[in-house]
Amino acid sequence: MVQYSSSLDASFAALSDATRRGVVEQLWRGDASISELAERFHMTLTGMKKHVGVLEQAGLVTTEKIGRVRTCRLGQGGLDAEWAWLERHRRVWAARFDALDEVVEELKRKERSDGRTK
Amino acid sequence: MVERSEPAGAKNPTTLERREREMIVSRSFDAPARLVWEAWTRPELFGRWWVPKSIGVALLSLEQDVRVGGRYRLVFDLGDSKTMAFFGKYIEVTPPSRLSWTNEESEDGAVTTVTLEEKDGRTHLTLSEAYPTREALDRNLGATQGLPEQFGQLDALLATLG
Repeated sequence: MVQYSSSLDASFAALSDATRRGVVEQLWRGDASISELAERFHMTLTGMKKHVGVLEQAGLVTTEKIGRVRTCRLGQGGLDAEWAWLERHRRVWAARFDALDEVVEELKRKERSDGRTK
Repeated sequence: MVERSEPAGAKNPTTLERREREMIVSRSFDAPARLVWEAWTRPELFGRWWVPKSIGVALLSLEQDVRVGGRYRLVFDLGDSKTMAFFGKYIEVTPPSRLSWTNEESEDGAVTTVTLEEKDGRTHLTLSEAYPTREALDRNLGATQGLPEQFGQLDALLATLG
């Protein structure tokens, strides 16, 4: 369980960057080389290598060098990336609904006390 | 594992589910539907919970004309004198069970529908965001590309929720 949440933390951290989210999204559609990714995101090869490195560390992406081309594909953790996004959204909604709950509880109390005074 | 439950102990968990072009969030409330409905449709109440303090974004203004064809507009303060507006119109208003509106900030915005089902004095709330295409939902989920600040705030929120 601890291991699971720490890998989730790594996923969150890696995905806190818009370019890296874009790269993962791109790799969902299919494998791509570093230079293809660099071109697609209007970056230098060095810049893209850094981003891919972070994603690789988080287990979201794996790379393999064949000849002169380094190909990137979704790693095991990449399959969890969408899940991580959903979990982000879920937590925001949960916070919002907890606040809604407070407002509703207040309305309920008010209705009860109004009922008593009538 | 796509559907997640709350940490143990949460009495009314919020669940989120993704379908092809739709995101569905649901939660139960220990109150009759008419009270939940009030909290969604009275601006002075809606403004209190839609933006929980923990998100760290301030709501600058809120207008809600809750009737079919009526418009709403929310303006948020993103700091550095940047603001962001969300707006659209109500397309279904059926108290106290169904409220639906458009999201017109972007061309491929979702239609949001809130459904309240009351049973034994408790209300089950289901919120659906239906996008025109799968890609539009993907963009929204990975979202916030144009909004790094908001992402930071989201991260801050996530940290506080730990």
